[in-house]
Amino acid sequence: MQAAQTAAQTVIGQRNNSAIIFFFLIVAITLYITYWAAKRTRSTKEFYAAGRTVSAFQNGLALSGDYMSAASFLGIAGMVAMKGYDGMIYATGWLVGWPALMFLIAGPLRNLGKYTFADVVAFRLKQTPVRIAAAIGGILTVLLYTIAQMVGAGSLIKLMFGIDYVWAELIVGAVMLLYVLFGGMIATTWVQIVKAALLLGGVTVLTLMVLAQFSWSPGDLYQAVSAKLGQKALEPGGLVTGKIDAISLGLALMFGLLGLPHILMRFYTVPDAKAARTSVLYATGFIGYFYIIIPIVGFGASVLVGRELIKTVDPGGNMAAPLLAEVLGGTPFLGFIAAVAFATILAVVAGLTLAGASALSHDIYVNVVKKGVATEQEQVRVAKMATVVFGIVAVLLGVLFKGQNVAFMVGLAFAVACSANFPALLMSIVWKRFTTAGAVSSILTGAFLSVLLIVISPTVWVDVLHKKEALFPIKNPAIVSMTAAFVIGILVSLMAREPSAEAKFEDEKLRTYLAVGAE
Amino acid sequence: MARSTHEMLESPDFKRLVRGKWTIAIVLTIVLFIVYYGFILLIAADKPFLAQKIGEYTTLGIPIGVGVIVAAWVLTFIYVVWANRVHDVEVSRLVEEMKK
Repeated sequence: MQAAQTAAQTVIGQRNNSAIIFFFLIVAITLYITYWAAKRTRSTKEFYAAGRTVSAFQNGLALSGDYMSAASFLGIAGMVAMKGYDGMIYATGWLVGWPALMFLIAGPLRNLGKYTFADVVAFRLKQTPVRIAAAIGGILTVLLYTIAQMVGAGSLIKLMFGIDYVWAELIVGAVMLLYVLFGGMIATTWVQIVKAALLLGGVTVLTLMVLAQFSWSPGDLYQAVSAKLGQKALEPGGLVTGKIDAISLGLALMFGLLGLPHILMRFYTVPDAKAARTSVLYATGFIGYFYIIIPIVGFGASVLVGRELIKTVDPGGNMAAPLLAEVLGGTPFLGFIAAVAFATILAVVAGLTLAGASALSHDIYVNVVKKGVATEQEQVRVAKMATVVFGIVAVLLGVLFKGQNVAFMVGLAFAVACSANFPALLMSIVWKRFTTAGAVSSILTGAFLSVLLIVISPTVWVDVLHKKEALFPIKNPAIVSMTAAFVIGILVSLMAREPSAEAKFEDEKLRTYLAVGAE
Repeated sequence: MARSTHEMLESPDFKRLVRGKWTIAIVLTIVLFIVYYGFILLIAADKPFLAQKIGEYTTLGIPIGVGVIVAAWVLTFIYVVWANRVHDVEVSRLVEEMKK
């Protein structure tokens, strides 16, 4: 009965020819870019860092592409449609990490590193233990983020293109592997740029179409929201209640960004620290604009599509934006928005794969196994092997976690990123007495504590495992796990001095602030 | 080299550069904290305040939410202008001095 009712009002869930045409068009363009990029990808510098030739504007778009995942687009539009104002609170939280990234680490990160954030942490510490610990933190973050993307990708594509879940996973895995394997960072950057432009353009058109329905006045839109759903939809609801909970989630969102390997890696694609800073300003502008207009799409969907239909198609509300596109622009526009969502996922997974592969090959293989001695050819070969390994793992995880509620995994990825990666990164830049033992214990404490606490928190213990009461009361562990990572890192560093690390701090400082010797 | 690494690090110019950078960075971070956590704590503590209407239907919470996003961008902008116009000029001056 419900299914028949849905079919009468939406073509979502059926094969949609315009979606398939747009999808093939996007894949064709991006594969052509990959072909072009492949001819320019020979050295490790080209594979990991696009030869450091990406401009600030291009990198700003690419950073936006890396960051605006399907969770931002479909997730926030859906949350605003279903929960009203509370969805807007989420949108603000996703942006505030960018200024923090700029103030605290953008310049030093660019000046000190080569390909990965582990380069910075290991700059003057003992390579083997620090690289291994940093790779654990980095890979754990990337894997959790990848699971969320792949599971979301499978269900979305199944819904929008009417193809089988496992096939959807394989298609995402295969196309994304083509980008990364042959085009490295150059292709990945351009795929991000194309995706960011499509996403910003698509959502802008959607927003204008909504506003056109309400005589170009947001006030009229809110009036319609209030009339249909009650004034409550425009007021803060149950999302933020406990102060500790709210602060902890805010910390994870803000500082998680400063520990996301696929974002940090993009800083090495630009020529210098100035370009890195300018690219963050562009990215903050694009992403901020996106988060300002996406609630209009969400509110528009709640009025023009209605919450009942959105919920029938997908209980999580993720189909609010595509459904709105169908109402306003018919099947062809739905097809376009569906293809944009697909491109969004492809691009994010490509960025994640490159980050995961660089941790495996550059940090573990080259710097730990080969002690930093490896030819260019060998490095590129290993990087490509790691890419394939990571691509296969991504598809397997996507299939393994099918049907799981993965919303908490993005939260977990941010919690691990801000607890395991960010404290060690910051302390290695600013604190002379920071030691190898301090870095390793800080990273491991942050990584394992954040995972442990989230398992025994209400998010997993109650919602996923269906136990009665959580052992740890806060939904997002950042306030405890990030603090612990800082405290442990400081205490362990103070217990025993590391003269070799302190001796190298002068060179590090010169490079941090004056870019002397920066690559 | 007019100044060795050690001399440069000990020079008042370099110390001023580093102190200036972190002063700006920390002040802006504190402002960011006040803006964002102020917003979050306001939601947690005083929902009726954000629920009050400023138009016929528009609630105060909507422009404040947009304001947080705009403020985040403005803070980023301030830092970039300062870094590119003031900080970088001083950096290249010191680098030149080391090369002399």
